[in-house]
Amino acid sequence: MPDVVASAAAPPEPQFASLRQQSEVASIGIWAFLATEVLFFGGMLLAYAVFRKAYPLGFAEAGRETKIVIGTINTMVLLTSSVTMAGAVYAAEGGRRRLLTLLLILTAALGLAFVGLKGLEYSKEYEEHLVPGIDFAFASPHANAIQLFFFLYFMMTGVHAVHLTIGIIVVLVMAVRAGRGAFSPAYHSPVEVTGLYWHFVDLVWIFLYPLIYLNGRVG
Amino acid sequence: MTAAAELLPGLPSRPIEPESYLSDGFTLRSWLLTHDHKRIAILYFASISAFFFIGGAAATVIRLHLIDPAGSLVSADTYNRLFTMHGVIMVWFFLIPSIPTTLGNFVIPMMIGAHDLAFPRLNLTSWYLFVTGGLLTLYAVLAGGLDTGWTFYTPFSTAYSNGHVVIALLGIFVAGFSSILTGLNFIVTIHRLRAPGMTWYRMPVFLWSLYSTSVILMLATPVLAITLALTAVERLLHVGIFDPALGGDPLLFQHLFWFYSHPAVYIMILPGMGVVSEIIPCFARKPIFGYRFIVWASVSIAVIGFLVWGHHMFVAGESVFSALVFSLLSFAVAVPSAIKVFNWTATLHGGWITFEAPMLYALGFIGLFTTGGLTGLFVATLAFDVHATDTYFVIAHFHYIMVGGMVTAYFAGLHYWWPKITGRLYSEWWAQGAAILIFFGFNLTFFPQFILGYLGMPRRYHAYPPEFQAWNILSSAGASILAVAYVLPIFYLGWSLFRGERAGPNPWGATGLEWQTPSPPPTENFAETPTVRRGPYQYEPEPVPQNA
Repeated sequence: MPDVVASAAAPPEPQFASLRQQSEVASIGIWAFLATEVLFFGGMLLAYAVFRKAYPLGFAEAGRETKIVIGTINTMVLLTSSVTMAGAVYAAEGGRRRLLTLLLILTAALGLAFVGLKGLEYSKEYEEHLVPGIDFAFASPHANAIQLFFFLYFMMTGVHAVHLTIGIIVVLVMAVRAGRGAFSPAYHSPVEVTGLYWHFVDLVWIFLYPLIYLNGRVG
Repeated sequence: MTAAAELLPGLPSRPIEPESYLSDGFTLRSWLLTHDHKRIAILYFASISAFFFIGGAAATVIRLHLIDPAGSLVSADTYNRLFTMHGVIMVWFFLIPSIPTTLGNFVIPMMIGAHDLAFPRLNLTSWYLFVTGGLLTLYAVLAGGLDTGWTFYTPFSTAYSNGHVVIALLGIFVAGFSSILTGLNFIVTIHRLRAPGMTWYRMPVFLWSLYSTSVILMLATPVLAITLALTAVERLLHVGIFDPALGGDPLLFQHLFWFYSHPAVYIMILPGMGVVSEIIPCFARKPIFGYRFIVWASVSIAVIGFLVWGHHMFVAGESVFSALVFSLLSFAVAVPSAIKVFNWTATLHGGWITFEAPMLYALGFIGLFTTGGLTGLFVATLAFDVHATDTYFVIAHFHYIMVGGMVTAYFAGLHYWWPKITGRLYSEWWAQGAAILIFFGFNLTFFPQFILGYLGMPRRYHAYPPEFQAWNILSSAGASILAVAYVLPIFYLGWSLFRGERAGPNPWGATGLEWQTPSPPPTENFAETPTVRRGPYQYEPEPVPQNA
């Protein structure tokens, strides 16, 4: 019986009546946190929308300078990591410890691959003098707008990368805990919460990808 | 009585304390690593009190300076740094956290019959974030300060201001996450940790107010955080997202800033309304009038509050159509606010009213908040606002809501729950005296500023034409009274900690679960989880024996 496993594993924290209540609280807590994150990214997306409207030509020209091959590969990497993460949550629900650990490690590895590719992309942009404030030079009548685009690009992808890095660390911690048998079908809300956070970070990328790479290339 | 008391074998220096959260460990570590919401509330109380007196000291110097039209006390540059310091510290390090993190933290779990907040460690983390942010900002102030005003308008703050802008922005950014996490913790706690039988409509109004406040904390603060981050990066790297010279848009900054900072005004006032809604029924011995109207008024203020930020930008270059819409929506906020004022008044009607210190503060709140709210309608009116923008009229309006409203409500709540928090009663005579002095001093300080603003005296100037001097002297005289009145509680509340009479569990004869535990409460709040069978405020209009 799952309940027996749970009571053997760990009692709920003192403020909760049961483990069930504790998991419910964790779940509503992460959803509330993700709501704040939407607003956090929302400020930058608003700025993007305002300047995209003000400087359509400059933003289109800037969009064509982005590295669409790396960006597209990264999108696939990140989407795959969401699949492995979702699998990890299922494995936790089914109490399959080794599969859970493996999938968590795979998720973290895909996340690391994304960050690595992102770093490669940044270094190429640095070589092409596309980093506002540090090294920016672009011969175009729309240079100011292009600089604004790249400023927002670095802010948005930078904040996203910070989120992803935090996610990788949390997923690795979960992998270690899973390996030690900390989770059971009755108690695995940390894995679920991590999964929700991971999917959110992916979802942010799904919004960033067309804004950054497809703008100016289509339509 | 005195003779009998002397015969008792008293231990005046170290009386035997009953088991409580205060006796659960005496080391510094037991405080700094505590997960107990009550102790964290005390940590917050100590920190925001320090910030209150720092911000207050800056205000005192400002008022002293303005006695003289030529402004000879401090230099113009120092004056700019003083009002910036006053604003930044008072808004982010006193008013925003004031009631939620201290009184809210302390009483939320007790009011709903829980043992703690949903995330006790997160609660402690929030305090550390707050202190880190506070110290960073304090460093910026002590290392020379900044002269941007608390609003950090671009491009001045990013391109021209010389001062420690980036460190101050970083401090507010970090403290912002403390706000976000506190709001999140409160929301989850209220949703999931209510005792059996504690339905939404059986919750005290204070919880509804804090719930509404938490929604704003969670949804508005992230926007401030990212705005300040963009501002800091722009200042550091000279890229122009808000700088028109580089294609950026300074109005975008104002939109983003006020998208947070106007709802922030409701972060500051909603908890105050909640406190007053607890105190009025208790000292009028009557159930609150129109409970559902009051709680939904809180929620609607939170919701409409998100849609009025543009009224800060009437003269900033917003289109006439936008200005009209924002003006109309600003008027809409007056409706739920007025519902509250009318319902408090109706609660008083026919009650058995007594005038203990919390009640004096609460009544003061109603008067001052109403004045502040009504003048808010003046500045929401487009035609009048063009005349009043950036004058002392706006300063007076804002301070009537924030100081007359929020600070008064904070003191009301502090006096109301002080016996619960410390287990001791303070001197009623001194507390009532301070309450009256604060009301008098406050009005003398800020009412003349309405007149000054109407006459056209602009804000933020270190010198002014001599014809404004008489009103300024009145205002500064009021400020000195106010300063003294705000210091008084340190003495009589401090005295009560050591010499105050034992309060007993329920000195006010109040309803509410928090009054059913001993004072001070035990660490786990309730020996066993209570079951709730009635709504709040089941008062009968009849006299209560003192110290029942």
